[in-house]
Amino acid sequence: MIEVRFKLAYADFALDVDLQFPARGITALFGPSGSGKTTLLRCIAGLERATNGLLRVHDEVWQDGASFLPTHQRPLGYVFQEASLFPHLSVRRNLEYGMRRIPPVERKVQPEQVVDLMGLSKLIERDPAYLSGGERQRVAIGRALLTSPRLLMMDEPLSALDFASRQEILPYLERLHGELEIPVIYVSHALDEVARLADHVVMLEQGRVIASGASNEILTRLDLPTAHLDNAGSVIEAAVATHDEAYHLTRLDFSGGCLWVSKVEHDVGSVVRARVLARDVSIATAVPQGSSITNILAARITEIQEEGQDRVNLRLAIGGEHILLSRITRRSRDQLGLAVGMEIFAQVKSVALIA
Amino acid sequence: MYVQSWHAMALSCLAKQNNIMESAFSAADLSAVWLAFKLATVVTVILLLIGTPIAWCLARSRSWWKGPVSAVVALPIVLPPTVLGFYLLVAMGPNGPLGHLTQLLGIGLLPFTFAGLVLASVFYSLPFVVQPLQNAFEAIPERVLETAATLRASVLDTFFSVVLPLAKPGFLTASVLGFAHTVGEFGVVLMIGGNIPNHTRVVSVQIYDHVEAMEYAQAHWLSAGMLLFAFLVLLPLYSFSSKGRRK
Repeated sequence: MIEVRFKLAYADFALDVDLQFPARGITALFGPSGSGKTTLLRCIAGLERATNGLLRVHDEVWQDGASFLPTHQRPLGYVFQEASLFPHLSVRRNLEYGMRRIPPVERKVQPEQVVDLMGLSKLIERDPAYLSGGERQRVAIGRALLTSPRLLMMDEPLSALDFASRQEILPYLERLHGELEIPVIYVSHALDEVARLADHVVMLEQGRVIASGASNEILTRLDLPTAHLDNAGSVIEAAVATHDEAYHLTRLDFSGGCLWVSKVEHDVGSVVRARVLARDVSIATAVPQGSSITNILAARITEIQEEGQDRVNLRLAIGGEHILLSRITRRSRDQLGLAVGMEIFAQVKSVALIA
Repeated sequence: MYVQSWHAMALSCLAKQNNIMESAFSAADLSAVWLAFKLATVVTVILLLIGTPIAWCLARSRSWWKGPVSAVVALPIVLPPTVLGFYLLVAMGPNGPLGHLTQLLGIGLLPFTFAGLVLASVFYSLPFVVQPLQNAFEAIPERVLETAATLRASVLDTFFSVVLPLAKPGFLTASVLGFAHTVGEFGVVLMIGGNIPNHTRVVSVQIYDHVEAMEYAQAHWLSAGMLLFAFLVLLPLYSFSSKGRRK
């Protein structure tokens, strides 16, 4: 468990946070720019000094009223927005910089492991000046990992990169998630990134926490600002069940039913994350006949919220534990007579496999 | 009158051209050259040691005292060396605060000694070391220092493993400028050091003495030597820094 209590006041900005979140998996600090995500992260790292603060990580006090552990004594890894490699050191020396500064017995993460995990074998002898933005960020992540941190912090590590570099790095971040048992705090203002990576979401607004909880629970809440975004949606974790070679499709099974998606490379049995956007889910009151849409799931409406003047957002429960969002017109809601508690059928037009 | 006398000197200088090749360097000349280099070396080492923390504080501070301190450090650039020399002479004299201190410590009085020359030169050349260092430190982004801290480097460790290598060109410039400026100083040396052979008579004073004594040949040899020295010192510095920019 990570326990954070910070109060910090600047001339034009105040941070007031009292928060607990699990010290495992990826926790996203999510919110618009200026909401205090980066400031909160910097406080946790000790780069910003909140005078009124308490910080406890795995039962270790990093900061309280009496004590303040300086950054270099906190067992953390930090990845900045821009890679900040040391320009006077080669990639190898950059990677070793932090590792050399921890006692050998604490070196749980091995260089070979990081080189393999982050795909650095071809870059290792190069000068940082000759790396692309994506490569530089991979080195920076590797460098942070090699300090065997008890907490890895990432401050929008993808935001300074172009679309292609971002797509290049995301799989590495997912591997990180799967292969190392280091808790990660990930700052982002991009909903897609958070949906793809996070297990736990802390939502910030104007220096305050407005919601904190399991990722899909938070991202599907209709009372939070995320519900109004164009790419609002939910995440369903499902297992690869079977491949249809003839039509190049893959069936994913989860407790609420199954989804057909374009064929994926994953082996049968592996667990993947599928993201379904609210705008891609339409509603039918009876099992649709003669429809081209193959993904039809039985669901129950648990909440309805108006969205602008013409549309409504629906929160749907599927099976015991899964949630879908649907965005339809207000007229459709009235014509179908939709209300909370109704059993309906959700037609999913498109599913994006995100991990 | 003054102009006329210089004119006359210049004319006689031309007349004596023939003698130049005959003389080269006397023992007193070599002693003056050696003394100037010894002084410049000691002063440069001291300046790097005290200039580095001053430059670091000036580069990283956002405090109100940054302005006044910068101005004090830069004073020797603007002040005539004789003004600085005069005040230092008064301060180091038997009734000055520094004089009291050195007498109390049993060192005696500093004016007209090599140590006094070193102290005066340190003040005089301070801005030529502090300013290049400060520029070099300011060019290092805060982010780089924060990165080092997140990689377990203490402040001192960061200074030696990150700041020093990144500021290397700044240290080179500072050393060369501090050294060359100390070799080239005249006014302060004359005020504080007097003109004592083997102790405080450095090469710039020696040249002046030669000219005073109408020994233009010796003055020529020493001056040309200094000219060549100055060029040879500055050449690699400017070649190096322009190469650095291209990269």
